[in-house]
Amino acid sequence: MVLSVAVYYALGLMPGDPIDLLITANPKIKIEDIARLKKIYGLDQPIHVQYVRWLKRVTTGDLGFSRVYKRPTTELLGPRLKNTFKLMLGAMLLSLLIAVPLGIYTAFHQYSKFDYTMSILAFIGISIPSFWLGLMLITLFSEKFPILPAGGMQTIGVHTLWDQLKYLILPVCSISAQQIGFWMRYMRSSILEVIGQDYIRTARAKGLDEDTVLFKHALRNALIPMVTILALSLPGIVSGAVITETIFAWPGMGRLLFESVMRTDYYVAMICMLFLAALTLISNFIADLMYAVVDPRIRS
Amino acid sequence: MTTQNTVLSPGQMAWKRFRNHTLAWYSLMFLLTLTLLVIAAPFLLEALGYDHTAINLANRFSPSTLKHGFGTDELGRDVLLRILYGGRISLFVAFVSAMFAFIIGTTIGAVAGYFGGIIDSILMRFTDSVLTLPILPLMILLAAIDLAKVLPSGLAFLAQGNYASMIKLMLIVVFFGWMTVARLVRAEFLSLRERDFTQAARALGVSHFKIIFRHILPNAVAPIIVSITLSIGSIILYEAALSFLGLGIHPPLPSWGNMLTNAQDYIRNATMLSVYPGVFILLTVVAINFIGDGLRDAFDPKFVHKK
Repeated sequence: MVLSVAVYYALGLMPGDPIDLLITANPKIKIEDIARLKKIYGLDQPIHVQYVRWLKRVTTGDLGFSRVYKRPTTELLGPRLKNTFKLMLGAMLLSLLIAVPLGIYTAFHQYSKFDYTMSILAFIGISIPSFWLGLMLITLFSEKFPILPAGGMQTIGVHTLWDQLKYLILPVCSISAQQIGFWMRYMRSSILEVIGQDYIRTARAKGLDEDTVLFKHALRNALIPMVTILALSLPGIVSGAVITETIFAWPGMGRLLFESVMRTDYYVAMICMLFLAALTLISNFIADLMYAVVDPRIRS
Repeated sequence: MTTQNTVLSPGQMAWKRFRNHTLAWYSLMFLLTLTLLVIAAPFLLEALGYDHTAINLANRFSPSTLKHGFGTDELGRDVLLRILYGGRISLFVAFVSAMFAFIIGTTIGAVAGYFGGIIDSILMRFTDSVLTLPILPLMILLAAIDLAKVLPSGLAFLAQGNYASMIKLMLIVVFFGWMTVARLVRAEFLSLRERDFTQAARALGVSHFKIIFRHILPNAVAPIIVSITLSIGSIILYEAALSFLGLGIHPPLPSWGNMLTNAQDYIRNATMLSVYPGVFILLTVVAINFIGDGLRDAFDPKFVHKK
């Protein structure tokens, strides 16, 4: 709620307003017309009046009309949300599949050559600018070796699953690099911490074989904090998606937000912002919930 | 005195541990060299006898030559010099913003942790709410704001001239960069204010201000330094991303991010144009992260280096 006020004011502070854009687009427009148009859209009112009007309409389910796309915002959002979720889901799955096993392996073989190499790679993954990685991936895989498409969602006229997957690979990779590095290091240190605990020593003292100790006792406890980290990195993935979507021309929420901000498409920018903020809050909430679910010790 | 040779101060011990962290040590060397080069860029320019802004359309997209180490860009400008000048901006923005974030974060964290109670809950509630915001989308939104509409007229000069975009970017980055430090400082203060030496200082009638800055803060310095170091890295990444989208630092000021924006258009024919700035961003941020890691190990007395 507070955020919505802040965002609305911030939008009002952007240079120019929709009518100003119209003026540049149409040099023949008359001054009376400008005043009339500003009045129709309520742009002559002070910003708090505009905000209250907007809020009234939103609470009745009218999310406004996109000037750029000439369609209601609600109609615009649905498919965009779906696309962003596709991208996020892909990135999360890939990151998990790579990061968790690697984290486990490097923790069990601490200070080995493999561990050393992987930790350097993880640092590189964390430090690489995702948009630059995206650019490099495009250059490499769709310019130099044209095997993957550079952008978009699917080939026109082709409706196979493989075709859609092909378009997912590069963007998902460029989002995942950071997550993989981050989660891998987290997984590793989480396991190392658990291995130092007394109950692991007890398990070893009981004479259990090493595999049982590692996989049954250590791993299960080490996975607990991972769940929280997973949920907490959701906002980061959403943030990363903004840039990645822009580079790969992926029609998702992030690109919609970027474009609407650039073209002062108020209502769309507003709703996008609120959606992303809501997504962040929800994932924080999920993190708290999950923590209580997976760890019975903190349920009190 | 024979014992003096073996007894090290905590600072010396930390330094020794840092030296033993090979990667962190090399990273520090790399970063220092880069900083020196970047600071020396104007002298280099003079020595070489040409300008990084000089446009030479006859010599566009030149490959690496002896004269142009990294070749030239779409306007025939020397890429190596532009990278050095971009580095000046990128590194300056990162260091200065991190300093400001540090000052704000430390002040808020110190006040919250030291005084506790309702001040603590208000400040921390605020910190947490900023922390839960989706940072990058908000940065995009804020970067689109016309600075001239926000600033009071006394500060309006900030919104003019070449450096306006840089100042705006720094304000945004600082606004989203202080929370981690604040939480960290608060946590340290909560435990340190109950220690005996703080109690003793309070019993002696030392002022709050002096207790905070003379007695508690020096003891909390290690985690703060680590977190500042890491935040410099993330600021460089944010700066690059925003400038790349055309929302951060605008030309004519070069920055590693906006060099990539231009290079993107020529990626097909002049791939190296987009490789160089990216590699510099990557190397710098990796180096900073390694240094942060090394510092963390060095300051942690429990840590024993095993290699």
